[in-house]
Parts: sequence; structure tokens; C-alpha cells
Amino acid sequence: MLDVTRLSVAYGQSEVLHSLSFATDKAEIVAVMGRNGMGKTTMMKSLMGILPSRSGSIRLEGTELGGLESHERVAHGLAFVPQGRMIFPTLTVEENIRTGMVVRKKSRIPDEIFALFPVLYDMRHRRGGNLSGGQQQQLAIARALVADPKVLLLDEPTEGIQPSIIKDMARVLKEIRSMMSLTIVVSEQVLSFAMDVADRFLVMENGEFVYEDVAENVDETKIAGFLSV
Amino acid sequence: MFDGYTASQLMSIFAMQGFAGLILFSVFLLMALGLAIIFGQMGVINMAHGEFMILGAYVTFLTSNFFQSNLPHFFGGYFFFAMAFAFLAAGALGYALEWVLIRHLYRRPLDTLLATWGVSMILQQVYRSVFGAREVGVVLPDWLMGSYQVTDMIDVPINGMFVMALTATITAAVFALMFRSTWGLQVRAVTQNRVMAGAAGINGKRVDRLTFALGCGIAGVAGSAFTMVGSTGPTAGQLYIVDTFLVVVFGGAQSLFGTIASAFAISQSQSTMEFFLSGSMAKVLTLLTVVGILLLRPQGLFVVKVRK
Ligand SMILES: Nc1ncnc2c1ncn2[C@@H]1O[C@H](COP(=O)(O)OP(=O)(O)O)[C@@H](O)[C@H]1O
Ligand SMILES: [Mg+2]
Repeated sequence: MLDVTRLSVAYGQSEVLHSLSFATDKAEIVAVMGRNGMGKTTMMKSLMGILPSRSGSIRLEGTELGGLESHERVAHGLAFVPQGRMIFPTLTVEENIRTGMVVRKKSRIPDEIFALFPVLYDMRHRRGGNLSGGQQQQLAIARALVADPKVLLLDEPTEGIQPSIIKDMARVLKEIRSMMSLTIVVSEQVLSFAMDVADRFLVMENGEFVYEDVAENVDETKIAGFLSV
Repeated sequence: MFDGYTASQLMSIFAMQGFAGLILFSVFLLMALGLAIIFGQMGVINMAHGEFMILGAYVTFLTSNFFQSNLPHFFGGYFFFAMAFAFLAAGALGYALEWVLIRHLYRRPLDTLLATWGVSMILQQVYRSVFGAREVGVVLPDWLMGSYQVTDMIDVPINGMFVMALTATITAAVFALMFRSTWGLQVRAVTQNRVMAGAAGINGKRVDRLTFALGCGIAGVAGSAFTMVGSTGPTAGQLYIVDTFLVVVFGGAQSLFGTIASAFAISQSQSTMEFFLSGSMAKVLTLLTVVGILLLRPQGLFVVKVRK
């Protein structure tokens, strides 16, 4: 599916990601764990083409994405739910969802979207900016899903969201994965949430992966150790 | 300043000047719509916008001449063709300008200001070389001449009503495009967050080019309308560009409703005051009022409120 090899990313002269490599299987959920400032967002943005990479390659089902613009990557099957969600505040909920459909030239919002997120249907005429954090997160996921992605990137989806809703989100993500056989790469600091959803764990420290294991064998205390300051 | 007028005379004056102001409003509004959607979409202030309007006016002039000499039977309908040609010509020039120049200058507002100012100089010179320095006027078809008498003292010219109907139609069309079409959705998404729009799958550069072309095309149509109320010369666009900036800033650049309201307020106050005061005095008063209001409301008349 997604194959990242020796990806390095820098802000000006200072390199933040150092030769990262990882690969994902179809319909796999991979959690990238790491404290603040370790490079998770930088990785997500460079995968999405928002930040240029210094070297390395990003391939999706064999197609090289490096050098393509964001919207071209979306067309190839990558979708993004950014940290902070980045809802278009003055567009309605429905319009926010539609922005994700432009690339597929679809005209009707698929029923599954509102089945997954009924609250979005109820609020479809409200401005996106007036939704609560949890609702905005659902909206951001909906906007990404309507682009029919093969790989969904989620950057710290639990940030600023109530614990009760976090549980719900874990369930929804797993449901989406099996429904659409979607690959999900999710960055996180909340271990309980990641334990709930992920099939495999990667831990990032200062722009490098320092630990990797599948969920069955994962050493929870070890990851917790990486996450504590 | 109202001394020496009877009440009914004043009524008529206000009605007539108000109507004249409505034609001014039409031209302002069309100009400002184009300027505002370009500014809203890409933060570019198009200093050459007045010259795009004049391009539309010259195209209208050429079309009218062509019909007069080649298709005199259809002269009555030339204006509709002229508008379409004006839109296409100005739109095409805008598309080319975006591709050749503007797209290289994004995120450098001062540079785009200078560059488009340079373009406006170049276009003025081109018009002077091609059409001469003298102003040209178009001949109106018969059905647009004359006026409609409302009362003894008030009569409204038919071409003015036509210009207003035209403006209303185009404004409605722009609204429909902005708020009902997929293109409009993309424009609004890119305007709010260009990076996120890209990550959602929207091709921002393509949207930019089309938006710039559309904004310029609307200026071209404004030029068509302008031929009915003014005469066309190489530098005529300059007279309108400052007022148009005023309209856009006053209305709040992000709000189309604001643009309409501010075009209306500015054109009406200018037109009414012009009758009683000198033209430049009217301008000064308008400007002072606008500056005063902007001091109180720096974002313009209309701001969209949402939680951050
Ligand atoms: N725009 C930027 N310019 C320069 N350095 C940045 C920028 N954004 C992030 N960084 C640096 O890159 C590192 C990784 O940041 P980030 O990817 O945001 O981490 P995370 O998402 O894991 O919290 C940090 O040291 C941060 O200071
Ligand atoms: Mg981050």
C-alpha cells in the first residue's frame, strides 16, 4: 500500500525527519506515537505534499507521490485529517463535505457518510465553524472519506476532544476500516486510544522511529515510557 | 444648501439624482464584484481592473461599428453580442495575465500591486496606439434611446434601466456561481484555507486562474454598460478604479452583500451630493464618511461571524 522509504524533511536548514521508512498493508491501522515536537505533524504534512521532502520516496500502490501537489495526491488515493481539523469555518457542514468530493466529481454525498455520522446530517446547514470540537473531527473525517481514499492520514485526532467521544471515534475508525478496507495511519499521544484501534505501533523520537511492534506483542509500558516527559 | 428649492422640486431632484446614482451604482457594482472576488480568492489587488473595463468598452465600440456597417438590420441587438464579446475578451486577457505574470507573484502583495499597475500603464498605451487618444462613443440602438416619463418633472432614461437590469442579472449570476456551483465551493474553500483546500483535493491554481479570468470578464461587461453612460478613452478606467477600491474596502472584501451595499451607498451619496455641491466636494465628503466608518469598523461594513 503506502511505502515510505528514507524520507527526510527539513525546515530551512534544520532537518526534522531523518530518513524515515515504513510500509503499511491494506486495511491496516498503524499508530505513530510520539510526544509533542517529535515530528508527527511534519511527517503527515510531507506525506500530503504540504511540506516538500528533502529526499526519499513516498509510493502508494507503486505510484511515486513525491513531487506531486496535494490535490494530485488526493486524486491518487491519499486523504488527510489534519491536527486541529481545519474545517472551513464559514462553509456549511454539507459544503465542507463537498469540498472532498470535488476531486471525484461526485454530486451526491454517499448515504454511508451520514449513517456513520448522523450528527452531521442534523447539522448539515450549520456553518462548520460553529460545531463543537468532536463534531468538527467527525466532519473532517467525513470530508476525507468522500474522496474515496485508499490511505487515510489522521494527525492527533483525539487532541482537544472529550474522553466519551474518543471511545466513539475508535469504534468508527475500525468500522470505516472494515467497511472500505481502508489503510489508516494515525499519529497519537493518547495510548489508550491507540491501543483501541491500532494493529501496529511505531514510536517516533526526534524524527526517527525508535520502536516498532504489532499490537499483540506490544510492550505498553515501554511505549508509555516514550510518551512521558 | 437646499435654499431656493420648493419641496416638490427637491423631491424630483432627489428622484432624478437617485436614478443617475443607480447607473453609477451599476458600474461600481460590476467593477467591485470582479475586484472583490479576485482579492478574496488570492489576495491580489488588480490595479489594471479599470483597463479591463475599458477593454470591454472598446470591444463594445468595435461590435457596434461592425454591426452598423455589416449587419445594419440587426443593429438593435448588437449590445447583447457586445457584452458577450467584452466578457470573453476581458476574461481571456485576464486568464493570460494570470498565467504569464500573477501566478509568479502570489504571497507578494506589493509586487502584484506594482506589476498590475505596470500592466495598467501598458494597456493604456496600447489603447492610445490602437484607438487614438480621443474618446469614442457608441451609437445606441433606437429602443434604448429616450426615456420613460414618471411625472411631469421626473423622467428616467431607458438605457439606464437597461443597465440596471443587466447588472442585477449579472450579480445574481455571480451569486449563483459562488454559492451554488462546484466552482464557487472551490473558490470559497481556497479563500478560507488554501493549504487545507489542496489537502481536500482542490486544485487551487486552477481555481485562481479561472477566478481571475472571471473577475476580469465581469469588468469587461462593466465596460459594456459603461459605454451607455460615459465615453470611452484610454484613461477612462482610471476614473473608476479608485471609487471601486473604495467600494470593496468599505463593503468588507470577503462579503458580496457588503460589496452591493457599499456600492449602493457610495454611488447614491455621490450622485445626490453632486447636484448640490461641486463634484470634487461630493467626492471629498464621501471619502471622509468612508474613512470615518472604517475607523470604527476596520473590517468593512459586513463581516461573517464564526467561532475561531
Ligand atoms: N514551521 C516550522 N518551522 C520550523 N520548525 C518547525 C516548524 N514546524 C515544526 N517545527 C519543528 O519541527 C519539529 C517537529 O514538529 P512537529 O512535526 O509539529 O511535531 P509533532 O507533530 O510530533 O508535535 C519540532 O522540533 C518543531 O519545533
Ligand atoms: Mg503535531
